[in-house]
Amino acid sequence: MAHPPLLLRDPRDLVTALVAAGFRVIGPKPAEGALTYAPITPDDLPQGLTDTQAPGNYRLEPGPPGRWFDYVVGPHSWKAWLFPARQKLFSADRTAAGFDLTAHEDPYPPTAFFGVRACEIAAIEVQDRVFDNGTFADEGYARRRAATLIVAVNCARAAETCFCATMKTGPRAERGCDLALTELATGTGLLLEIGSDRGAAVAARLALPLADTARQAEARAISARAAAAQTRRMPQDVAARLAANPEHPQWDDVASRCLSCANCTLACPTCFCSDVEEVTDLSGAHAERWRSWDSCFSIDFTHVHGGSVRLSTRSRYRQWMTHKLSSWHDQFGTSGCVGCGRCIAWCPVGIDITAEAAAICEGGPP
Amino acid sequence: MDPMLPRRYRVLRARPESAGVATVDLAPVDGPPMRFAPGQFNMLYAFGVGEIPVSISGDAAAPVLTHTTRDVGPVSRAIVGLKEGDMLGVRGPFGAPWPVAAAKGRHVLVVAGGLGLAPVRPILTHVLANRADHAGLTLVYGARSPQDLLYADDLRDWRARPDATVEVTVDHARPGWTGRVGVVTTLIPRALAGVAPDSVTAFLCGPEIMMRFCVQALGQIGIPPSACWVSLERNMKCAVGFCGHCQFGGDFICKDGPVFRYDRVAARIGVKEL
Repeated sequence: MAHPPLLLRDPRDLVTALVAAGFRVIGPKPAEGALTYAPITPDDLPQGLTDTQAPGNYRLEPGPPGRWFDYVVGPHSWKAWLFPARQKLFSADRTAAGFDLTAHEDPYPPTAFFGVRACEIAAIEVQDRVFDNGTFADEGYARRRAATLIVAVNCARAAETCFCATMKTGPRAERGCDLALTELATGTGLLLEIGSDRGAAVAARLALPLADTARQAEARAISARAAAAQTRRMPQDVAARLAANPEHPQWDDVASRCLSCANCTLACPTCFCSDVEEVTDLSGAHAERWRSWDSCFSIDFTHVHGGSVRLSTRSRYRQWMTHKLSSWHDQFGTSGCVGCGRCIAWCPVGIDITAEAAAICEGGPP
Repeated sequence: MDPMLPRRYRVLRARPESAGVATVDLAPVDGPPMRFAPGQFNMLYAFGVGEIPVSISGDAAAPVLTHTTRDVGPVSRAIVGLKEGDMLGVRGPFGAPWPVAAAKGRHVLVVAGGLGLAPVRPILTHVLANRADHAGLTLVYGARSPQDLLYADDLRDWRARPDATVEVTVDHARPGWTGRVGVVTTLIPRALAGVAPDSVTAFLCGPEIMMRFCVQALGQIGIPPSACWVSLERNMKCAVGFCGHCQFGGDFICKDGPVFRYDRVAARIGVKEL
């Protein structure tokens, strides 16, 4: 980063500066017992919260007082803002000659994502490749992405479900952000690193002091500790192993536990599948096309005349995990997994993608 | 341009093919006619009903856009019910075409099962119009019954061509049927009698199981899977690689296919529920 790191006393000041710079700020907001991402004002920024996560378990809880960012990721991800769960594509109105079509784009003001974790930056970059695949580009996504400024937060702790270190996506945001915060020892402020000229322009509004080298070293040590605290590992040869093992007995085993509920795909920050539905009014004279998040776990997902291709839970779980960890490389040149652990915590029966990957990598042909 | 927004087309002509199957010729309401390559498909939008992928069945050199659709769901029912003058939304063309130009100098074998004749019809019109570019042309076409045969006029014209071999078979004959009965695979050796196996490029379209057995049958007479091309079908909601529905292993059928060289997909075609 070309600009030297600064020392920020209070993260609310940065939210204030973003608002003053004309950004709508989307940031962490506790709701219904979980950490969500929603429009915030400086005073909304929660303090003294942490979380406990485990397979099938998530609790947002009081943490050490005075800490700003001791929780990690909740069920929401930024994809809800860049790739909304429901989007109108166009509307159609009946006319004497047939029908007229009207394109539709929802407004998206200049927006700052505040508190983006390194794994989430990786997830956004994964979806960037999905929605501009070299042949086709999703104009709405590109427009929203270009209007988004990213303020990263480098995690100071890891949840039990975190495995960004093994996926090489975190816990420190090395790129892909305009600004990055690392919360230093309680009460001593935050290191503010600048990743772009847009970020520098926002930081310049605050007239902050430079961070000394001790503070910079402290921030690096915090990231290193958050990495070292992670226990889950992804087998390095998982892509090849999954590709070679579509008939592994572990698929039957996991299918006996999986509810095919689609929670993992909705919580996943990279899952991009969508459905498109026709919605008509009662007169039948007005119709709209709506795109909404879909899941490869739904039975209709593969429906063709005569029935669905993937009828069994076994085949649907296999599709999800093999796509995420193996065929994603063929399609987009990266893994589809960023190690955020959401699918583990939000699986109602606690299926752990790292454990399933390990089980398949241990048996069966290489 | 927004790849999810259709263009409006008008039905110039609609004609029934067989029970529940119809062909429509379309022209855009405004703008130039669509240019496409044999094997590509469009997303057809029926107002108030929805959108489905349908292969393009017309002549790539003709200004009209032709689609043949079987009534198997709400959208296809609406398309089969279209009449002259009706309006339809069209997005496309999408997908990888049959490599017809690369088969220059080769003997073109087309094997179609049932409605699978629709996506290969542009190959036949192209090769017949440029017959001197190819060493030969053979069509092997199978349908469930004589009543299910598509493109009756075309079949008559194609059979009449001295420079093409056309073999037609049905699974179940009816009174009056004097043609062959049985599956297409059994006809392949006869249809290719006297043709050098290493000169053949095969284009196959039909149920996956039919294509699998055809590749086997072709292998037995010395035509390798690398000389065979197939067109695959999956659920599609976008046709541009965004919706994820058509994934087949690492390939999106919509943009990496629907036409694939068989050796690329051979291992996957055998895996159930992939």
